[in-house]
Amino acid sequence: MGVSEIQQQSLTSEKAKWMYQKMAEIRRFEDQVHETFSTGVLPGFVHLYAGEEAVAVGVCAHLDDKDSITSTHRGHGHCIAKGCDLKGMMAEIYGKSTGLCKGKGGSMHIADVSKGMLGANGIVGGGFPLATGAGLSAKLRKTGGVAVCFFGDGANNHGTFHEGINMAAIWKLPVIFVAENNGYAEATPFEYASSCESISDRAASYGIPGETVDGKDTMAVYEAAERAVERARNGEGPTLIECKTYRNYGHFEGDAQKYKTNEERDEHLKELDAIIRFRQHVLTTDLASEDELHSIDESVRKEIEDAVEFAEKSPMPEADQLTTDVYVDYQPGGEE
Amino acid sequence: MAVMTYIQAVTKALEEEMHRDEDVFVLGEDVGARGGVFRATDGLHATFGDERVMDTPLAESAIAGVAIGAAMYGMRPVAEMQFADFIMPAFNQIVSEAAKIRYRSNNDWDCPITIRAPYGGGVHGALYHSQSIEALFSSVPGLKVVMPSTPYDVKGLLKAAIRDDDPVLFLEHKRAYRLIKGDVPDEDYTLPIGKADIKREGEDITVITYGLCVHFALQAAEKLEKEGHSAHILDLRTVYPLDQEAIIEAAKKTGKVLLITEDNKEGSIIGEVAAIIAEHCLFDLDAPIQRLAGPDVPAMPYAPPMEKYFMMNPDKVETAMRDLAEY
Repeated sequence: MGVSEIQQQSLTSEKAKWMYQKMAEIRRFEDQVHETFSTGVLPGFVHLYAGEEAVAVGVCAHLDDKDSITSTHRGHGHCIAKGCDLKGMMAEIYGKSTGLCKGKGGSMHIADVSKGMLGANGIVGGGFPLATGAGLSAKLRKTGGVAVCFFGDGANNHGTFHEGINMAAIWKLPVIFVAENNGYAEATPFEYASSCESISDRAASYGIPGETVDGKDTMAVYEAAERAVERARNGEGPTLIECKTYRNYGHFEGDAQKYKTNEERDEHLKELDAIIRFRQHVLTTDLASEDELHSIDESVRKEIEDAVEFAEKSPMPEADQLTTDVYVDYQPGGEE
Repeated sequence: MAVMTYIQAVTKALEEEMHRDEDVFVLGEDVGARGGVFRATDGLHATFGDERVMDTPLAESAIAGVAIGAAMYGMRPVAEMQFADFIMPAFNQIVSEAAKIRYRSNNDWDCPITIRAPYGGGVHGALYHSQSIEALFSSVPGLKVVMPSTPYDVKGLLKAAIRDDDPVLFLEHKRAYRLIKGDVPDEDYTLPIGKADIKREGEDITVITYGLCVHFALQAAEKLEKEGHSAHILDLRTVYPLDQEAIIEAAKKTGKVLLITEDNKEGSIIGEVAAIIAEHCLFDLDAPIQRLAGPDVPAMPYAPPMEKYFMMNPDKVETAMRDLAEY
């Protein structure tokens, strides 16, 4: 029995519809933020995940609340795939008191411990040791949980990449390192900045399995992640998965993206688009019907509208709330 | 003489130094064809090419460390940290290596490296794009920390930093980049690192500050002048090591001192300034030394009301100056 046949069995109709829903939520959420950002309503800058949906969803499909993830500055997709509340996320991006971080964090720092979401992160490479630590705690406490570290191709040249993966490897920790190689570290091409052909080649340095998959093929990501999560849960240690993907928007909103070509953009937005391809897969394998997917599309549209309305109507935090949550038992004095 | 923005003065200084000395080169994340995220190195790649304007991988520790190694062999690298907040992985290389090379090599090795980094808030950057980091590096003998406030000072001090045989951390307020404009001479000039500068002569109160806050103090001083209060404003320019002589002189001049920083208060630069004044000027003071600073929270939060509360602004400065004048 080939790998793909096993996966055909493991992917239930219910799971496939969940995945389709999450991908649709991410896309619509990001398209909405893109549009809202252009009106000047959002108080800070945003890095959008649209185009990379297959990665977050293909991986998180194998996780539950006892499993944790670390994210990046491009974190909205990870948050959604891990089950963060869309209203709380949108409100956070608006800087509102009802946001998941009460307005303190913003787009780049959304976190939700109840969902095992250790946080989007404004520091490139910040997540490797954190995920390794989360994996260590799962191992020591025997929770059966795993930790996933999502990171971009820029981060694979950071010291923490090497330090974190090596430590996870020597201690055989239940961690999956998932590279989202979208081709550009901000504006710098992957080929320029990395000495390897594939990020997954680097797994050999740590004696762990590494593989590269088409990160816009949801099933390819799903299958690779399933193998890695199983290894992790069986105590066999970490895996490095590289997902070749593409960001539909720029590094940040406002990025002129002069480093991209029109050809590559067209290709990625059309025939290579992860959602179009997964939709087709789901339909041809009878995992869901056209009607079912249509009704998911409709409910997602409503969800995002509700999230925007919630964010718009929520109050800004009081200014003096900035001195809360510094320590567990001590609140520093403010300074006026 | 041309009027230019703060960031244009950065670019100008880099360009002139690169023309003057072939050992000067620039490295950092997207500093090449992209010209840096703030455009500080705009045009330099086109003029000087790949070998003198080098894009690096996202690896701050290596950006600083590689520059330090090249500097030990006489090159004069100018390393850019994309945001000052991202400098933390490079802390080890800067503090353990750059700052100690001369001392531990019995003065055999120079380390003529300049590390530029945009710092400061008020740009809606939230936690990791708004921090002031100067205090973290300002208890490290061997290192110099320069924080200019005007385009004139930027050009003169950045040139001096590049020519300095010791490591200089050159911190540029990112909100000042396009907000602050001023006259900059076309000719070559340097300004002394380690020397503070009187930005305004006055008689009643002394304000000692640096960076963007200098402009808030200057604005407030104009208003207070109309109320009959005359403010003397000292711009530290170099925050480590401090210009003790200038601080003492400025404090003694009026006997009433207000110290201002955008950084959080406890452990900040102005605490050390206060200590210098307390040591040397106790009997010259007519009021307790006043400190106006950010709140002691981990970083600037995202939501606009909280960011506004954190940030220094002309109103806060004006109120503090008036209170001191009326003390």
